[in-house]
Amino acid sequence: MELVVTNAVASVGPAYSSRPEDIGWFILALPLFASLAIALFLHRNRTLTLFFSVGGVVAAFLLSWVLFFTFGVTGLKAVPSPFPWFHAGGLNVNLGLAVDGLSTVMLLVVTGVSALVQFYSTAYMRDDRGFARFFASLSFFTFSMLGIVLSDNLVMMFVFWELVGFSSYLLIGFWFEREAAADAAKKAFLTNRLGDFGFLLGIILVWSLTGNVQFDELAAKLKADPNALGVWSSVVGLLIFCGAMGKSAQFPLHVWLPDAMEGPTPVSALIHAATMVAAGVYLLCRAFFLFQATTAWPAALAFLGSISALDIIAVIGGGTALLAALIAIQQNDIKRILAYSTLSQLGYMVMAVGVGGPDAAMYHLTTHAGFKALLFLGAGSVIHACHHEQDIWKMGGLGRKLPVTFRTFVIGTAALAGFPLFTSGFYSKDAILVASVRHGHPILFGLGVLIASMTTFYMVRLVIVAFLGRSRSSSAEHAHESPIQMTWPLVVLAIPSIGLAWLPLGQYLTEHFFGSRVAVEEGGLFGPFNHAPLAATFGTGAIIFGAWAAIATYWNAESDPLPRSLAFWSRVLRNRFYFDEIYEALFIPIQDGLAAVCGWVDRWVMSGLLVRGVHGTTELAGRALRMVQTGNLQTYTFLFVGGVALIILIAL
Amino acid sequence: MPDLTDLLFYGFSGLALFFGFLCVANPLSRSPVTSAMFLVLTIVSLAGLFTLLHAFFLAAIQVLVYAGAVMVLFLFVIMLLDLKEEERRRFRRFTVGAGVIAVGVIAGLLLQTVLKAVPYSPNTTVLAVGATRPLGVILFTQYLLPFELLSLLLLVAVVGVILLTKKELK
Amino acid sequence: MHATLNHYLVVSVLLFSLGLFGVLARRNLLVIYMGLELMLNAANLALVAFSRYNANLNGQVMVFFTITVAAAEVSVGLALIVALYRKRQTAHVEDLTSLKL
Repeated sequence: MELVVTNAVASVGPAYSSRPEDIGWFILALPLFASLAIALFLHRNRTLTLFFSVGGVVAAFLLSWVLFFTFGVTGLKAVPSPFPWFHAGGLNVNLGLAVDGLSTVMLLVVTGVSALVQFYSTAYMRDDRGFARFFASLSFFTFSMLGIVLSDNLVMMFVFWELVGFSSYLLIGFWFEREAAADAAKKAFLTNRLGDFGFLLGIILVWSLTGNVQFDELAAKLKADPNALGVWSSVVGLLIFCGAMGKSAQFPLHVWLPDAMEGPTPVSALIHAATMVAAGVYLLCRAFFLFQATTAWPAALAFLGSISALDIIAVIGGGTALLAALIAIQQNDIKRILAYSTLSQLGYMVMAVGVGGPDAAMYHLTTHAGFKALLFLGAGSVIHACHHEQDIWKMGGLGRKLPVTFRTFVIGTAALAGFPLFTSGFYSKDAILVASVRHGHPILFGLGVLIASMTTFYMVRLVIVAFLGRSRSSSAEHAHESPIQMTWPLVVLAIPSIGLAWLPLGQYLTEHFFGSRVAVEEGGLFGPFNHAPLAATFGTGAIIFGAWAAIATYWNAESDPLPRSLAFWSRVLRNRFYFDEIYEALFIPIQDGLAAVCGWVDRWVMSGLLVRGVHGTTELAGRALRMVQTGNLQTYTFLFVGGVALIILIAL
Repeated sequence: MPDLTDLLFYGFSGLALFFGFLCVANPLSRSPVTSAMFLVLTIVSLAGLFTLLHAFFLAAIQVLVYAGAVMVLFLFVIMLLDLKEEERRRFRRFTVGAGVIAVGVIAGLLLQTVLKAVPYSPNTTVLAVGATRPLGVILFTQYLLPFELLSLLLLVAVVGVILLTKKELK
Repeated sequence: MHATLNHYLVVSVLLFSLGLFGVLARRNLLVIYMGLELMLNAANLALVAFSRYNANLNGQVMVFFTITVAAAEVSVGLALIVALYRKRQTAHVEDLTSLKL
């Protein structure tokens, strides 16, 4: 008994003392508080809504810096003090914060991009009726994402994981009056559930094998005994990856992301840059130790032999990246191009994790968050200026009319393409290419180079068609620059797109993941060319080739020449490899069949037999009993006497 | 050899049952007035039985309150309502049958209980005597609170009756 | 044969049954009421007999109370019948079926 009591006290942790780790709780609570306050009390007051929503996320951003400098930069070890949440059977779940190099960087990304998106939205959503609802949802989204970032165990992460799914549903379907938006929200939600199912199975499997869901304890356990997961280690990895597959939109669950463009553009920026899709990659990095285990497979999957879970992940990531890049080449909707480029870059990151470079993946995630948010907000500015025209072939010549948007958009494009030396994208992409070479994946390296060139191609195509040449529609002709609230976030976001190149972020992340085991490479502008000349050279070459091809094809083009020259492939790409149609053909009949069965069961068994049966029996009994109710006093007396006789009989 | 009290017991019991029968099932008359008159006779016979049981005070009360006050009330109401028209209604076989069955069951059960019980032969020297004085003593000491509550009940009944019989109920 | 407690009880049971029969078989509310009075009186008789043979006056006090309550009950009941008759012009139970919806 004594022991139990001591344990209980010990698990609560030391008495409260002000510790820098606890700032994490404030970061987590601020957006939640803002969201609840708006949803419950302030939704009629626009000024207060803005004050709480923007203020909450900005405060969280500033506090994130404190955490970053306290723990991230110094490498100081945060002492966790989790609260016990629940004990069910052998499952002990805590509410605790993981404050380390990984999460503090991610905190900055999430809160920073969220803050800018919120500033931007104050102008973009100005005339929307759901103004307060929008900001409440945005804050809630940020809260959920911060929860994922800060979770120190799998169960807590899963809870926030689902909250992200829920808030993305709210935001993608924000204009729920539109059927397309409502459908897209449903699609995103359901597709994610598929992945989450695997994730949940993975969590259960981890728990049943190790009896633990705590990240740091699991990591320590696996370090001490790499075979702790036994033959299931690869399966665990793949199941956890399922979750990432859904959230980070990897093939074959990628179909929701392009449709999610139906949400307001700031939401797209948020989803694509800082929240939701980043969650999957973050999960892979956070739980990377789970993937490092052996290549053991259970007997049923023994044919996979020496292929490890990481290999499968790398191939899926690379495949997604290639697929999405191909599709992006023939899209005409400005937001869809960006959506497929996000898909492609996510595939890149997942591939990086797969080849054993989570540091490279996180690096690219961070830089990508900056310039992808920039590109989306820029696209939003363009759409806003062109009166909600999204077809790039109906734009043209916007560069002169939207100077700020144009310049920042070009910076974002350069970063996304990986323009050498001056953009953050170059260094993070290079890190991925280096990782694939160093860990012995030459084919994936080649794939990476190819995708880099395709990325440059479709992004340059986008810039040329939309911003250069002459205006091809009246809405583009009469476009004028967006208000200052929308342009200054673009300028702010342009800074990390370039500036991150000069910061030793890559080394910082490498140090976090691999500690001092791997020699940290030198940074600096020309670092990549010095320590891995092959990767850097190929990367640069790919970019130059892609840019040249795009310029040659689209300079002064009035319409897309590719559908004529490559009719079949163009059609396939334009129709996104017919994924939606294939899924429809494959799954809709199955689902319709299941639904018909369920409908039959519901109609005949549930409502027919059970509900109506109960109701019918009750009514029959009621009718029978009603005959007793004659209204005649003496009948009642007679029955009463019968009752008395019965009682006497029983009593005797 | 039965003594006088036993003979009186049989006599009063027979009368009570006979009058009781005529009260509820008079084959010659359906008139409520007849029923009421036979009920009075039943009650008086019961008063005789009470006397045999040495409950003298109760016997007096029985005659005064029941046979006097209550039955007069019955008769007043009967005359007030003038129910002659409805005398012609007859017994219905079904109800009579039901009544006989129910009565048979109850009476059977009760009689079985009574007759199965071990014959009770009390010590006759301590038989209770229900004279007025001992009853009054116990009524005003041990049963004082119920007695007072009873007076309250009567007051409520008086108020209720006045309210119920007012011409216009509002 | 000496009159014992059981004799009185048998008389009480028979009288009670007569009253019950009246309640069940008769149609006139007033006669039903008289049947009820008969049943009450049968119970009274049993109580007095118990009191006598148990050398205990409590039974008789109970009968005293019963008579008083019966008086109150009869007065209220008859008042109800009068009120009912005014409204319905009948005192026969088969005409009073408003308990049935």
